[in-house]
Amino acid sequence: MIRFLINQEHVEIDNARADLTLLQYIREYKKQTGTKEGCAAGDCGACTVVLAEPNADYTSLHYRTVNSCITVMSAVHGKQLILVEHLSSGKKLHPVQQALVDNHGSQCGFCTPGFIMSMFALYHTNSAPNRDDVLYALSGNLCRCTGYRPIIDATLAACEQPADDHFTQNASRTLALLKDLNDDSEIGTTSLLMPQNRVELAQAIRENPEAKLVAGSTDLSLSFTQQLKNIDKLISLSHINELKGCTETQHSLVIGAANPFMDITPKLLAHFPQLAELITRFASLPIRNQATMGGNVANASPIGDMPPALIALNAVVIADNGADKRRIPITEFFVGYRQTALNTGEWISHIEIPFLSDNQRLAAYKISKRAEDDISAVCAVFNVTISDGIIEKISAGFGGVAATPQGCQALNDGLVGEPFASKGCLETGKKILSTAFSPIDDVRATAAYRNTVLANLWHRFWLEHQTDNTIATRVVNHA
Amino acid sequence: MRKLITPSSQDKSTGRVHTSEKHESAIRQVQGAANYVDDITEPQGTLHAAVGLSDCARGRIFAINLDDVRASEGVIDVVTIDDVPGHKDIGPVFKGDPLLADGEIKFFGQPVFAVLASSAHLARQAALKGQIEVECEDAILTPKQAHEQQAFVRPMHRFGQGDADTQLENAVHKVSGSLNIGGQEHMYLEGQVSLAVPDEEDRMNIYTSSQHPSEVQKLVSEVLNVRLHRVLVDMRRMGGGFGGKETQAAQWACIAALLAHRNRQAVKLRLPRFVDMHVTGKRHPFSNAFDVAFNAEGKITATRMEINGICGHSPDLSDAIVDRAMFHADNGYFLGDSDIVGHRLQTNMVSHTAYRGFGGPQGMIMAEAMIDKIARYTGLDPLTVRKRNLYGETTGSKTPYGMEVEHNLLPDMIEALETKAQYWQRRESIKAFNQTSPIIKKGLALTPVKFGISFTSKHLNQAGALVHIYTDGSIQVNHGGTEMGQGLHTKIGQIAANEFGVDLSMIEVTSTRTDKVPNTSPTAASSGTDMNGKAVQNACITLKARLASCFATKIGKPELANHVTFTDGLVRLNDESMAFSELVQAAYFERISLSTSGYYKTPKLAYNRETGEGRPFFYFAYGVSMSEVSIDTLTGEYKVDSVDIIHDVGNSLNPAIDIGQIEGAFIQGMGWLTTEDLKWNDSGKLISENMATYKIPAIGDTPVNFNVELFGKENAEDSIYHSKAVGEPPFMLAISVWCALKDAISSLSNYTIDPQLDTPATPERVLNAVVATTEAMQAEAESKTSHSKYGDAFSASEVS
Repeated sequence: MIRFLINQEHVEIDNARADLTLLQYIREYKKQTGTKEGCAAGDCGACTVVLAEPNADYTSLHYRTVNSCITVMSAVHGKQLILVEHLSSGKKLHPVQQALVDNHGSQCGFCTPGFIMSMFALYHTNSAPNRDDVLYALSGNLCRCTGYRPIIDATLAACEQPADDHFTQNASRTLALLKDLNDDSEIGTTSLLMPQNRVELAQAIRENPEAKLVAGSTDLSLSFTQQLKNIDKLISLSHINELKGCTETQHSLVIGAANPFMDITPKLLAHFPQLAELITRFASLPIRNQATMGGNVANASPIGDMPPALIALNAVVIADNGADKRRIPITEFFVGYRQTALNTGEWISHIEIPFLSDNQRLAAYKISKRAEDDISAVCAVFNVTISDGIIEKISAGFGGVAATPQGCQALNDGLVGEPFASKGCLETGKKILSTAFSPIDDVRATAAYRNTVLANLWHRFWLEHQTDNTIATRVVNHA
Repeated sequence: MRKLITPSSQDKSTGRVHTSEKHESAIRQVQGAANYVDDITEPQGTLHAAVGLSDCARGRIFAINLDDVRASEGVIDVVTIDDVPGHKDIGPVFKGDPLLADGEIKFFGQPVFAVLASSAHLARQAALKGQIEVECEDAILTPKQAHEQQAFVRPMHRFGQGDADTQLENAVHKVSGSLNIGGQEHMYLEGQVSLAVPDEEDRMNIYTSSQHPSEVQKLVSEVLNVRLHRVLVDMRRMGGGFGGKETQAAQWACIAALLAHRNRQAVKLRLPRFVDMHVTGKRHPFSNAFDVAFNAEGKITATRMEINGICGHSPDLSDAIVDRAMFHADNGYFLGDSDIVGHRLQTNMVSHTAYRGFGGPQGMIMAEAMIDKIARYTGLDPLTVRKRNLYGETTGSKTPYGMEVEHNLLPDMIEALETKAQYWQRRESIKAFNQTSPIIKKGLALTPVKFGISFTSKHLNQAGALVHIYTDGSIQVNHGGTEMGQGLHTKIGQIAANEFGVDLSMIEVTSTRTDKVPNTSPTAASSGTDMNGKAVQNACITLKARLASCFATKIGKPELANHVTFTDGLVRLNDESMAFSELVQAAYFERISLSTSGYYKTPKLAYNRETGEGRPFFYFAYGVSMSEVSIDTLTGEYKVDSVDIIHDVGNSLNPAIDIGQIEGAFIQGMGWLTTEDLKWNDSGKLISENMATYKIPAIGDTPVNFNVELFGKENAEDSIYHSKAVGEPPFMLAISVWCALKDAISSLSNYTIDPQLDTPATPERVLNAVVATTEAMQAEAESKTSHSKYGDAFSASEVS
């Protein structure tokens, strides 16, 4: 059984295809047509809806956007699903709706419901946001008509002094209803299994060896929404507490594999603020609300988003099969194109990232055609240990350069012992990186561009980390 | 006797023209209550269709095996071209577009068959199972191949003035250049969709997302082999069109109608995004070249230009699109003696189609490319060269196609913008910045737009309307234009409210229906409001005359009917007045018709394509924009920092909507020139086939400083309330971004080199231009060094 609220209505689903998307459920089963399909791939945001979820002790609600077109139904269990139809009270528009009308922020109107939902979630999470906050919140919504200016203005106006809306006023009732949903009975369906601990997970995998594991579903769902494959059985990792949590040990940050990215972002940024560019440009906010670090690593994309950073940071993947856990250095984890070192019956439990020492310089660079919600042509993360001005170690990670995310031992070997401030350090590093990989020409960039940029990103890193640098190196600052 | 509804008393006149009324659907849009075709409640038993596509670009089909398709779950029917009862070709102007592949494959992804199933998902899955056996031939994929094989979809066209060849041959100062200009995916957020609902016998009702309901009606009737009067097309709104639903919405309506007709069930065909991107045409890529001669002051004396539109496999609208590119190769500049040639190249690609600007942008960018090159050659600032070449009494006022440019607003508009946005101060501060910043370079450009308004096919410049007044005083307006977000219905409502002097809430603009206004033109060429607004006004004037006569007679002054006015919900003559709604009821009892049609045809048009001379345009719309950018010379990344625009919409009907059009068009144009990168592989397959690989501007691409102002001078021609068309012209304001990127790159050569920057100017292309410019400077420095022992050790190589 999957139990959730549609606005205030209690809903139960006990048999549904595993590959049913939330958008299909909304439009085709519930006949609510306000939520639109623009791409069915999580790239445009026309299908954005809000899931309100309770905190641990059911005292407050957290509102987050998701792309319903790539969300599987396990993601809504125990939550309140809020659609664009639910926002106004009778004829009175919600403040975010009124602001968009007042600012002439809709033209063709097809993207509008999605924008409204992203504005609504921001309304509930950030009072008095600035322009950058607005861009961040709406980064997953595309509009082809307006050029966005009136939408930005409307969002700033609506969220400047957010008054209580009927969701806030009804929060205690909603929380009570949600608490009733989350009783201790079994959850999931026969095609969409939802184990609640690692023992159940191991058993589910044993009994359903053909079933795929799914966490955020932001990548896996493309196999059924884009490639139109049938997926008969899925095992959801979203309700296993052992895979959640984000803890600090003395030497490292240990991240539960099934945490939505947004939940670990604060701690990740607290320890590794240099990753801000990578993290804030990781897909879009609705994707980060669903996608998990474990999923990002397990799908072993050659581009990878986080894997280049994990490689540069010498992270360790902790694999589990329900009985035993083992540690796999991230550099040994990617064994081929979309292939990993996980054994049958194993899953990623945690990812451990060692903290930096004071003499380590870290920077992450992402190069893509579009700044927001784009896949890297090249991603480069440098982690350079410098003692007394001399390079002691270079640990670097790269995406978009080979069939798997890569490190670069040659960069380390070529530069260890060099004074970091020397021109030779700059030139040697550029030379090594310009020939270190044999990338391919594809839709995002040519191989030649990738090689040139890899070298030039070392140039950027070298400049930015000189103690006396005053030279501007960026057209946009992401920190 | 019939009892009439008591009219409401709130007949205050708001919602007039020249005010920023809200979009008529805004309140429903923000609530998810505005219905698009896929949101219409489906008739019981509605079935779903999908199309099966070819997987090679060119060849003869020798077998189509659809057994697996028929056996697929949920499948009800499968059709190929052989199942079409009527016309098999749905080419809009010229033949060449079979409904489904007809014996040969003409592009990768061409629809070959259609399948009907109980759900969209099952239909789409089944569509993947067709086995199409094709004897593949070498595809034509590049303009060079098309020229070599003399592959054209239409004959070339040429016009010009004077003797450009001789002038160029004898010129002291001349430059040449070429530019590859990328196409553009429309990326309307609502993909192509049609719902066909069979009616009695062979009648068919179509709900479609189309800019051209009358053409859909015609093509459906031809495909089904029934008369036009038995096909009804209803179009309430599109989720974006941009030209992509002008001709290319019809195919899906026709396929849905064919399946609906065969199966006597309602059929919906909605294309998934990646299918939509494979099977629908895009903005034409162009590959153009110029030779231009000029004097020492940078004043152009002769221009020769070759325009090559890459049309795809069929003519579609390419004849008119390449013509419009040619008509805009001058932009706002007098080209001296001129020779403009336009080729329509045939390639084995999807048939490229209308897209906002309709070839105009791909012509206009050449004018700006020439100006930049002249500026770098002469050492003059590009803005100085631009100003010296604007149409005017001293430069010349006759276009290459022989039309006199009257009422040219560009000199005044440029002056206003260069002052307001401080062009010359910013030019100096950018030069200073660039001297101290080795990695990041800034660029600046101010470019004009002059865009011709009217369909260049004269017969399309007509429009119709139908206006009903009901006995409660409410008014229903219908016209031939379609609403795709541009605010057409809002403006039309304002025009009707203005004419009758009633509140905007008294006006209902209904869906576009072929049974209300017949034989309409597409909503295209920016002409929606110009033409339909005039047609609606024409109908309103007819009804007002009837009402005025009724009122004047009623108060005993029938001879003064001409002096009756309609304002503030009242009808007035001297001291006498009456509520509009009361007069409507009185007129009803007097047996006066409260319904009429309206009509309009655009005046003054006279272009002779045989001679290449005349007036293809009723008037020109103008705009000027100034963009400042920063580029990163290490990665090619860039940012548009600041944009200032002054645009001419005549006397604006609705300033908020017009500004919305200008901003939206600018960002869309910026996308075309920067990140929107269409890529086909060597097999002719589109590989930028979804939103993950084809990047339209996102919210962070909107410049922080983005100032748009309306010029506010009324149209000198008699357009609707002396407003001007606004849909397309501001798209080309984005050329200032491209010029500013080139300006930033050119700074690496101290503004001596005009960098080659094909479009879209992706970070990769920008970086390539940076490297090429730097290397050219190094080569120059080295050649100097070889002559002098004092070589410049700090050449531009420092920056990379």
